[in-house]
Amino acid sequence: MTLNAWLPVFALMTSLVASLVIFALPERGYRLRTAVNLGAAVFKLALVAVMVWGVFQGVEYGVSFTMVPGVDFVLKADALSMMFAGLSAVLWFLTTIYAVGYLEDSPNRSRFFGFFSLCVASTMGIALAGNLFTFFLFYEMLTLATYPLVVHRGTERALKAGRTYVIYTLTGGAVLLLAIAWLQGLAGDLHFQEGGHFGGADPAMHGSLTLIFVLLIAGLGVKAAIFPLHGWLPQAMVAPAPVSALLHAVAVVKAGAFGIVRVVYDIYGIEASSALGLLEPLAWLAAFTMLYGSVRALFQMDLKRRLAFSTVSQVSYIILGICLFGPVGATGGLVHLLHQGIMKITLFFCAGNYAETLGIHRIDEMDGAGRRMPGTSLAFTLGAFGMIGAPPLAGFITKWTMGTGALAADMDWVIAVLVLSSVLNAAYFLPILHRLWFREQSGKWPHERYWGRLETSAWLFWPPVLTAVMTVLVGVLASFPFSPLSWAELVVLRAYSS
Amino acid sequence: MTLWLMAGLLFTPLAWAVLTLLTDFSRGRLVSWVGILVQALVSLGLWLAVNRDGGFYYGLGGWDAPLGIELRVDGLAVTFVLLTAVVAGACGLHAGVYIDPDKPWHRYFWPLFWFLWSGLNAVWLGGDLFNLYVGLELISLSAVGLVALGGQAGALRASLRYLLAALLGSLAYLLGVALMYGQFGTLSIAGVATWLSDHPVPAGSGMALALMIAGLALKTALFPLHRWLPPAHGIAKSPVSALLSALVVKASFYIAARLWLELGQPLGSLAAAQLIGLLGSAAVVWGSWLACRQQRLKQVVAYSSVAQIGYLFLLFPLTFSVSETVSLQAQQGMTLQVISHALAKAAMFLAAGNLILSVGSNRIDALGGVSRFLPFSLFSFGLAGVSLMSLPPTGGFAAKWLLLQASLGSGQWWWVLVLLAGGLLSAAYVFRIYRASFLESSGTDQFFHPSRSLEVIPMILAILALGMGLVSDQVLSVMALPFAGEGAP
Repeated sequence: MTLNAWLPVFALMTSLVASLVIFALPERGYRLRTAVNLGAAVFKLALVAVMVWGVFQGVEYGVSFTMVPGVDFVLKADALSMMFAGLSAVLWFLTTIYAVGYLEDSPNRSRFFGFFSLCVASTMGIALAGNLFTFFLFYEMLTLATYPLVVHRGTERALKAGRTYVIYTLTGGAVLLLAIAWLQGLAGDLHFQEGGHFGGADPAMHGSLTLIFVLLIAGLGVKAAIFPLHGWLPQAMVAPAPVSALLHAVAVVKAGAFGIVRVVYDIYGIEASSALGLLEPLAWLAAFTMLYGSVRALFQMDLKRRLAFSTVSQVSYIILGICLFGPVGATGGLVHLLHQGIMKITLFFCAGNYAETLGIHRIDEMDGAGRRMPGTSLAFTLGAFGMIGAPPLAGFITKWTMGTGALAADMDWVIAVLVLSSVLNAAYFLPILHRLWFREQSGKWPHERYWGRLETSAWLFWPPVLTAVMTVLVGVLASFPFSPLSWAELVVLRAYSS
Repeated sequence: MTLWLMAGLLFTPLAWAVLTLLTDFSRGRLVSWVGILVQALVSLGLWLAVNRDGGFYYGLGGWDAPLGIELRVDGLAVTFVLLTAVVAGACGLHAGVYIDPDKPWHRYFWPLFWFLWSGLNAVWLGGDLFNLYVGLELISLSAVGLVALGGQAGALRASLRYLLAALLGSLAYLLGVALMYGQFGTLSIAGVATWLSDHPVPAGSGMALALMIAGLALKTALFPLHRWLPPAHGIAKSPVSALLSALVVKASFYIAARLWLELGQPLGSLAAAQLIGLLGSAAVVWGSWLACRQQRLKQVVAYSSVAQIGYLFLLFPLTFSVSETVSLQAQQGMTLQVISHALAKAAMFLAAGNLILSVGSNRIDALGGVSRFLPFSLFSFGLAGVSLMSLPPTGGFAAKWLLLQASLGSGQWWWVLVLLAGGLLSAAYVFRIYRASFLESSGTDQFFHPSRSLEVIPMILAILALGMGLVSDQVLSVMALPFAGEGAP
């Protein structure tokens, strides 16, 4: 086999090996651990960059072998997988920097970073999986790898959240397994393929196909936090901030959303999904989740919980986008896979900074924090405006594209949902910004710490600033090649032309 | 060459047994470690030989069926021989360090260990009903002795209960053998199958099969005959528990499965097949439920065995009156389940032994903080747990996938529900242990560190269970090897 076949394997192994090395390192080996972490992250970033360039040129990367009789283990890189892999690689790098600063001097760091890398290896596997079976493999591995991160603090509350998380995700996994096994029995081992497999499906199979679709969405919807399967997400907020950042911006919820994209585009095919009448109900469910999440977010006074409900709402943008039949709407949904990741990770990084530097956890404690921490607050402001959809930031690009797509697909009601959702976004983000910048500090900070020249530790300061800059750049430079928008257009072009 | 391998496999364990009987524990350990190395090499050699040349019938000492000792050396049998070498070898190495050499009665560990091993090999390779019985008795009696080594009053009670169950099971099996011999005039399973293929089924011969399978089900602890298992497996020394759960219960199941696959179609009935499947499902649910309710670590693992054994019995309905494909999938699933459960359960018991050694208590709520002080053993326990939960990429997952396919393929969707629910229930008891060990606020800060070698052995077994899923296609391919003696006797 050539080097090309092995590139996806290398990308996967990078974080897997890093994880094993970190487990083996002693707890006190702080410098070495950081070096391994960052080295692996940089190396992976390079590998993914090579693959992105290759996929753009039309190179095929892939490797497969028979794992269990009848099914293959397939890794391959196509345009869609590079979206998720790229997101995971970039944000892993930044989150690792952040986590090193965040967990300074806390116990069990070896365990934390080991599972953290394992988690990233799982997302890489999810991105590069070439069939549903392989996807499921890494999807479940992600559940297991994130559990120790959610319960990392070892408090009663963390353990309770971990329990809820596991009950939700493993049950979802069981439903997903049933659907995948059934589909395998019906149609054999289905590889992901642009355009799907059921273009001219036998009408006799329509009943089973519809039922399997519902099971697939139900199984994936748990991680994607679609209403009413979102209950685990706000609870999982007890985890340390880097976990919330990576889990909620990238790994877990995106794994669910990405799976739904794969099912609709590469298993059923967009035409067949639409012909079976499956997209419309899913669109309504996604729209409802968008509004529901935002309304719930309005009433949360804990900053991280408000962000969590905002995630519930934002992830459904992706699902609504792919349900809009037609290339423009699909582009809007896919691009949000990246945009939401970048914006939400900024917000969570900032929330972590407030908690670590000033001891702030609740929104009513944030009065005047903008003056004490201008850099972090500026990043937070950019992230929040992005979420609301202010031009020219990332969120605006998403909403604009989706709106245009909705008009093209004759689904005008989506415009109303988008507008309403943006109003709600503004309603729960603007009061925070107002408190940050325009209110006077009301008392002493609950638990203030100082770090020399910067407003907080440099490890904590730069990651949110960088992602905030990215929020601006992906919006302003949206029409340049290799921007998220252009790449999403490339994916959609390939999906619709085949 | 093959002659030497066969002789090495069946008779040298007896030689080790006699040798170790003459010495104390420490010297017995030395002999046994050499013995483990020899046995492992011989088992590997036989496996490689069969992989190269295919399987064959082997008449021991030149005596052929129907009178002699007939051995059936096929891909499945040698795979299990190799599995035994890996698991029993690991348990033997672990036991050598784990068991206290100063207690005088511990010197009997090694002879019993070796009798057990030779019994296991006799069962995997046995081709006729009577020699299978002899192997089975050898296993049961040495297993009972090993449980009694626990030394406490509870261990004695548990082992007596175990003895009673084992004898009752043997009795039922032997009665079935006698009936079958009266009916068909041969003790060879293949001989009976050949006879049945050209004659009409005589009335009442189903009874013989039913008796044998009932006796074997009691020895395998199939629900509702499982009550003897948890006390015995829970109270034995950890390496002994590992041997019992990983290998001993599989031996009686293996005989039942062989009987069913050869004679089930002519002698069995749909109702019987479904009933056995139903009992297996009840075992999955009830065993897991009880595992969730135990307060002591090893009891959880023991009840988990009751549940995991239940999956194996789904083989019966999934191979009765179904297509070739489905039957093959079910057999492959069963084989993988046997292998991966053996590896994972042995890893789990050995790791549990280390955890108990470390915190000094058998109770689950004493585990708080152990994730910080003994992460390596906890990690082995956790990895083994992943296989028991049948999550990917473990061997347990591959087994579940194949059984799912077989259930869906034969339209018996009710087993699908059992398989999925069983996975979730096992997650409930495994995560209960994780949860207890992640808790940081416990009072104890005193942990004893077991030696490195004790910690490494369960990790190796757990990794094997995990990797089994990735190479399951290769592992299963030995089952499809050509068999030289097809229909020979």
